[in-house]
Amino acid sequence: MSKEWPLWEIFIRGQHGLSHRHVGSLHAPDAEMAIKNARDVYTRRNEGQSIWVVEAKHISASSPSDKGPLYEPSESKVYRHPTFFDIPEDVGAM
Amino acid sequence: MSTLYDFALRMGDNTLILGHRVSEWCGHAPVLEEDIALANTALDLIGQTQLWLGLAAEEEGTGKTADDIAFLRDAWDFRNALLCELPNGDFGRTLMRQYLFDQWHLLMLQELQKSSEKRVSDIADKAIKEVSYHVERSRDTVVGLGDGTAESHKRMQDALDYLYPYVGELFTPDAVDDAATKEGIAPDLASLREAYDAAVAATMAEATLALPESRFGHKGGRNGKMHTEHLGHILTQMQWLQRAYPGATW
Repeated sequence: MSKEWPLWEIFIRGQHGLSHRHVGSLHAPDAEMAIKNARDVYTRRNEGQSIWVVEAKHISASSPSDKGPLYEPSESKVYRHPTFFDIPEDVGAM
Repeated sequence: MSTLYDFALRMGDNTLILGHRVSEWCGHAPVLEEDIALANTALDLIGQTQLWLGLAAEEEGTGKTADDIAFLRDAWDFRNALLCELPNGDFGRTLMRQYLFDQWHLLMLQELQKSSEKRVSDIADKAIKEVSYHVERSRDTVVGLGDGTAESHKRMQDALDYLYPYVGELFTPDAVDDAATKEGIAPDLASLREAYDAAVAATMAEATLALPESRFGHKGGRNGKMHTEHLGHILTQMQWLQRAYPGATW
């Protein structure tokens, strides 16, 4: 068994209505302590309303080498962007 | 001097000396996360010190500030409980000391929220939010290390055996406390003991640690009659700058 505490990824929601954002990672023996550590490490300056912690090993990530197949096909499909509509002026900024 | 002055001094010296002790871990804790957490706790305690010693200075009424009281008194003028000045020892002992203090601190502040003195209840209202977190954290760590490996268990039991004789002083009222109770400023210290014992017993049971049976309690800190030799050493470090460069600011 490893003597190192597992790594946790920390997500913090800054305000009501916003989504949780990844702010960094830290080590902790369990989820409860990870939340406490996150409180101490990442919310010292009043940054947070809510904390999520996820053990890093439970996050599945896409591989950088798959960049081509994953993202390139959409590059040539400008029609997927809703930029071909005339927006009436009184709608304002969208 | 007034009862309120004496009372504020005792509260403020507890948080000042313990805060300084905890700050000694800054940069030395076993892991980064604990280092930051301990520094936060120390800063909370120093912040509370500003309020308590600020109140004492106001009550003294000679134009002194909280800083004057913190940095320009000698050891025999300090009124903190002995528990607060004991050396950190290892990480486990530091957290055990923290838990034993935090648990008392929380119960005390809960009662102080009902103080007849508005300035006291205001401080309690502010401090209790920080202290509720302190006790949650120190309790979890005591349980985690007590019920951890054979080595951590042994260290936590040693820490408890070493520190427990310093708990009694927190619950032993003297004439100053009696006056504060009579004036409605503070609760009867002895009345906090039952809730404290129940909470500590539950924590230690979960931590698989055995509470010492003896209720013997060292005393002499809260009345300044007999501090341990450790207090003077803290002051040489804590007060060095103001002593060497009187009035220095930055």
